[in-house]
Amino acid sequence: MADSRRGRLKIYMGYAAGVGKTYQMLVDAHELKAKGFDVVVGYFEPHSRKDTIAKVEDLEVVPRKKIEYRGSVFEEMDADAILARHPQCCAVDEFPHTNVPGSARAKRWEDVQILLEAGIDVVTTMNIQHLESLNDQVWHITGVRVRETIPDWVVQQADEVVMIDLTPRALLHRLGRGVIYSREKAEQAIQNFFRESTLVALRELALRETAHEVVHRTATDGAPQQRGGARTAPASVHHRLLVLVTPDPTSAMVIRRAKRIGDFLEAECFAVAVQPSGDLAGLPQPEREAIAQHLNFARHLHIETRILEGSDVAPALVDFARRNQITQIFLARPKQNRWSLPPFSRDVVQKIVNIAKDMQVVVVAERQPYQG
Amino acid sequence: MVRDVPRKTPEQFLRECQAEEAAAAKGHLKIFLGYASGVGKSFRMLDEARRRRERGQDVIIGAVQPRLRPEEQALLEKLEVIPLQPVGEGSSIDVETLLCRHPAVCFIDGLAYNNPPGARNSTRWQDVEELLRAGIKVIASINIQYVGELRDEVEAITGKHVKDTVPVAFIKSADEIEIVDAATEEPIERSPEAAAGAAERAARLSRLRELTLLLAADVVDQQLNQYLEAHGIRQTFGAHERILVCITPRANASEMIATARVMSERFHGELLVAYVRQAEISEADKAALEEKLDLARAAGARIVMLEGDDPVQSILDFSSSGGITQIFIGHSQRNGMWSQMWGNPVDKLLRGAQGMDVRVFPQ
Repeated sequence: MADSRRGRLKIYMGYAAGVGKTYQMLVDAHELKAKGFDVVVGYFEPHSRKDTIAKVEDLEVVPRKKIEYRGSVFEEMDADAILARHPQCCAVDEFPHTNVPGSARAKRWEDVQILLEAGIDVVTTMNIQHLESLNDQVWHITGVRVRETIPDWVVQQADEVVMIDLTPRALLHRLGRGVIYSREKAEQAIQNFFRESTLVALRELALRETAHEVVHRTATDGAPQQRGGARTAPASVHHRLLVLVTPDPTSAMVIRRAKRIGDFLEAECFAVAVQPSGDLAGLPQPEREAIAQHLNFARHLHIETRILEGSDVAPALVDFARRNQITQIFLARPKQNRWSLPPFSRDVVQKIVNIAKDMQVVVVAERQPYQG
Repeated sequence: MVRDVPRKTPEQFLRECQAEEAAAAKGHLKIFLGYASGVGKSFRMLDEARRRRERGQDVIIGAVQPRLRPEEQALLEKLEVIPLQPVGEGSSIDVETLLCRHPAVCFIDGLAYNNPPGARNSTRWQDVEELLRAGIKVIASINIQYVGELRDEVEAITGKHVKDTVPVAFIKSADEIEIVDAATEEPIERSPEAAAGAAERAARLSRLRELTLLLAADVVDQQLNQYLEAHGIRQTFGAHERILVCITPRANASEMIATARVMSERFHGELLVAYVRQAEISEADKAALEEKLDLARAAGARIVMLEGDDPVQSILDFSSSGGITQIFIGHSQRNGMWSQMWGNPVDKLLRGAQGMDVRVFPQ
């Protein structure tokens, strides 16, 4: 390869459509071009916003790739064409986008990895609600389950995360003036993401996350800095986190929460399922698939996984925890009706809490969407 | 979690009425907050002035930065400016002319200036207060280093002493606050030789950026709470982590408080320590409790003293109304009395704590 240096990644982070991420990305592209850099636009979503479209006009845009799927033609970013063109810098809109089936890679962020590996600098855009570890919190705030997510480690790899801020009031004005969406779509949007309280909460989330990303990049020796530059006391213990995976859908939530806390504490994270046979073969298909899916999801977030052998979940889990110097176990909160069972058939959670007296046990809340 | 619309207390009504009256009389204040000069605040301000003018609003520029870039100068030329007035050897914004002219919106680029002796007010932010009181909407800009209460922290980072500051309460009183963020380094254009020096500068700027983002997040959090209260919504969004450590005289409080402290620092969250008052406790327990509360204070926790016959219920009530996202509790009370399961406080808390993580600590 001509260039062995990995490209630099810059992310413009927003909290809703219309705050000006794409616009700012294109402003960057222009500035770089004016300074004599070889810049192309790899993908941009005009959303028919007048100011944004005007910004792209004198930039080189790499034509999109047409992909046919179920009788329709879809257009995706053409990573191969960008690689062949090999600019110094490439602007790529909508980082969390999922490519249409039949594309070389499933996700746009995977396309971007290829560009970075080839030494191309990338500037891209995303909203906070697409960060994987915040998926449940976003659901809780908005009532919307965001499907297109980006694993946190991908964002952590970015060299820069810059917040594109706009007050919710200004954003709602833009929406009302039809700058962001057409009238019908705008009215629909106000019902979902664009309620004022929702926007305020998402904005707070984005501000705090960006602050975290900034500190994360400054703290070269591992200990994040506290306000004003004083270092926080490093965690006196080196934490190791363990997640219990079950077929229940809440497992995904526990994995995300544990991973988020693990990332903030710079702790290692493991996810395990417990089965009498030590594998998933003996399970009925739906449960087998559910557990396999959750373990896959954990690996996708860079969490090590294991299936433990044991007929009794609680002792098997706690035994594994002790042998692996685990300091915190993460469990899903049992379903409400299970708490009313008689004491002798008490839940596995209570059992684990009872025997894992030498470590912290975290029972993760199920965050339900707000019913406004 | 569940939205319920409780009947408002008279105090809530009063607060709302006062807030509405104050809002009606006072002009709207919007602040652009940046972490350094050169991040583009002036351009954002002047560009907003241009857009408002194009939409037909009566816009006046009351103060501009002494040095403007060509693109900013171009914007300024199309706007109506009321220049600073000379006062003694210095100058201040021309409050009298502004009040007379009474525009719908007045832009003040640079909020942190002490006025020269003999001026109407001693500082520019007080001039702005006067404009607001007259019902003029003000859009102003400031850098984080000029926020009074952050001065020591900023000085520790930059090594520079700033004289002219604005109290944080004034910033927090803004109706809207907007961050002007930018990358701390543009490494693409940096030569390798300059890299070493630039790295140190970048680290300093990063810390200023962090302070700026967190100040804005705090203001936003406070506005969110006001909004929810004003609309009678009891709801936790959990955008801000709030950790509540429950202690008893015999709890292993040190590990709980230490963990909670690290977590709240890393998450930039809030740390609270709660104790539910017991009717009769021994002298020894009293002393043990004091020791634990000292630990909590040393960790910078907010101490909460709760009342109630049912300690678990008191904690749950406080947590759900106080936006708590994580409850920390020790194992201590259990004594292996599994036959008395349902009286076990840990289980009771686990059952009752909806929408919050519960972290059970070893003893």
